[in-house]
Amino acid sequence: MDAIAGRKPAVVWALNISVVVLVALWLFPTLGLFVSSFRTGDQITASGWWSALFPAEQTLQLRVADPDDNRIDLGNGRFMVEGNIFDGQGFEGEMNAWATSSRDLGANAPGDTSDLGDGELFTLNTDGTYVWEGNDDQISGRAQRVFIEVVSPPDFTLNNYGFVLFDENNSEGMAKAFFNTLTVVIPATIIPILIAAFAAYALAWMDFPGRALLIAIVVGLLVVPLQLALIPLLSLHNAVGIGKGYLGVWLAHTGFGLPLAIYLLRNYMVGLPRDIIENAKVDGASDFQIFTKIILPLSFPALASFAIFQFLWTWNDLLVALVFLIDASGQTTVMTKQIVELLGTRGGDWEILATSAFISIAVPLGVFFAMQKYLVRGLLAGSVK
Amino acid sequence: MHPALQGLLTIIIGVGGCVGYFYGANLLLDKVLFKPSGPNAGRNINRANQIRPWIFLMPAILALGLYLAYPVVATLRLSFLERLPGNQYAFVGLENYTQMFAEPKFWEAMRNNVLWLVVVPAAATGFGLLAAQLTDRLRWGNIAKSIIFMPMAISFVGAAVIFKLIYEARPEDVAQIGILNHLYLLFGGETPQQWLQIPFWNNFFLMAVLIWIQTGFAMVILSAALRGIPEETVEAAVIDGANPFQIFFKIKIPQITSTIVVVWTTITIATLKVFDIVFAMTNGQWETQVLANYMYDKLFRANDWGMGSAAAMIIMLMVTPILVWNVYNARKEMK
Repeated sequence: MDAIAGRKPAVVWALNISVVVLVALWLFPTLGLFVSSFRTGDQITASGWWSALFPAEQTLQLRVADPDDNRIDLGNGRFMVEGNIFDGQGFEGEMNAWATSSRDLGANAPGDTSDLGDGELFTLNTDGTYVWEGNDDQISGRAQRVFIEVVSPPDFTLNNYGFVLFDENNSEGMAKAFFNTLTVVIPATIIPILIAAFAAYALAWMDFPGRALLIAIVVGLLVVPLQLALIPLLSLHNAVGIGKGYLGVWLAHTGFGLPLAIYLLRNYMVGLPRDIIENAKVDGASDFQIFTKIILPLSFPALASFAIFQFLWTWNDLLVALVFLIDASGQTTVMTKQIVELLGTRGGDWEILATSAFISIAVPLGVFFAMQKYLVRGLLAGSVK
Repeated sequence: MHPALQGLLTIIIGVGGCVGYFYGANLLLDKVLFKPSGPNAGRNINRANQIRPWIFLMPAILALGLYLAYPVVATLRLSFLERLPGNQYAFVGLENYTQMFAEPKFWEAMRNNVLWLVVVPAAATGFGLLAAQLTDRLRWGNIAKSIIFMPMAISFVGAAVIFKLIYEARPEDVAQIGILNHLYLLFGGETPQQWLQIPFWNNFFLMAVLIWIQTGFAMVILSAALRGIPEETVEAAVIDGANPFQIFFKIKIPQITSTIVVVWTTITIATLKVFDIVFAMTNGQWETQVLANYMYDKLFRANDWGMGSAAAMIIMLMVTPILVWNVYNARKEMK
């Protein structure tokens, strides 16, 4: 129908460009973190991450080999030093220009021979080999300095990940926090689904007094801020002896996730065809059988979408873990808490921060892209009817 | 015991317990208590069917009651009490509230929260609507949507690190590594700015994080709503000579108002509870305090349960209108 309105090329261009801008605005922040996690600390502070994607031009200051040890007698009072200027530099890149004085940088092209005066000659080739030739006085003492303009290709490293994940001596590593987070998340995702599925079936397909009231209560609890639950439940956990720990955080996540789970699953189950359920009843199936054999398999999309929500929410949570899990020993720290801690202690070490943060967001991002379909369905089921 | 093993055990016990409970209770009901046979078969079946819903609902009701309903009452009670040494409590009436209202930091948090509540839902819904409309007919629209939706998967803490890198300020004479300062200097700024330390405006730099995260959510839902608009209404407007802007604002928007309201209120709730972003980025310094972080401060740093609970009740009070409205709508729908 936009075609009827007339799609002028200019309009199409404007549309494309505005979407590109929008997408860039939403993508670049994450991209910046991602790129930074592959750079060394020196690189990060030397230039913005956006310049790391392109070849960088820089001026290297190098010295040739020590003339007193390496010079070769050519006869006639002439001496020379030969070698490769990049030896021992581990350097990759391309030479643009060079000079022997810092006052006229870039004076010579690769392959040129520069006359340093009084018959002293210096030749430097693209591959770094040089010939430095002159008389006894010239080819002695301090080795000749060379200023080389090079274009180095983008340079990335995996060392940050090695340090943050696998370094045994790194007390602020993410490996333990990663497993702790995983330990919190898996039970906290599975248990509420089971409980909610039964409750949702009862609220959707069973007749009993008070059903409407219960649904209303679930809808109401959907928005109750979990901030209210912190102190009363922590006191309760302490009173019954659970204290701070995994059991407490699993229970808390289960409780906080239930309203959304019940609400989403009930909305989905109500929409299932009545005929199937009534036919099964006529055939003598019990509610329990109908639930396990018909409703549960049919509700898979809704179950999946809630599972993703709960997974994202528990993986990304900070507050519940702070209150119910992490004790003074710090043995049960989760990744979000670890990152907040790093923000305090390593605020300037962007390579550590970026890598740690990216490790914690990589898993949810993977889940997000793999299961996006279910996530969208779940959102739509929860909000639009 | 190793936590991973403990986790595995919990999954087995938890899942096994749940399945066992549902299966066992059902079996008990059918095979032992009310056998569907014998002289009272009919009555027994009816009775079993009256009880069964409650078996299905019991774990959920227990968990909801204990973890969400009870805390509301308990927090309300705590907000009228003062904790004395030795686990004693004294009733102090409204003193926690009056004491809190006398604190400038509380009013700063209130002002900021109101600011967040005005700006974030409006901006996220606005951007979401814009993105939904623009990407709708684009060939690569789905990829664009995916990318705008992506921050939803990123934690508030992760996003805090991401945006701290954007706002990073370095001394004037060295290269800027924060893109905001880089652009600021490029477009004629004098000196690099510490964006998060400029009172009042720093709130907006924090809000940007939440807007960035929530826009995708708004976009996904509004995009579905836009697609649900009957084609005829748009076609009729086109035939009557409406331009694209008129079609969008006068034909499309009015038809998706109810969805916009749902999106708006959902983001409002998320905004009210915002904690992690402020906690990780400024911790309420430089006049960026918000209620949730203020409450956390009172509860766990100052150890003042009375005032902390009072602050939590303020958050609850602000949620209540939306709660009532949601329940009202849900009931209307079920009729």
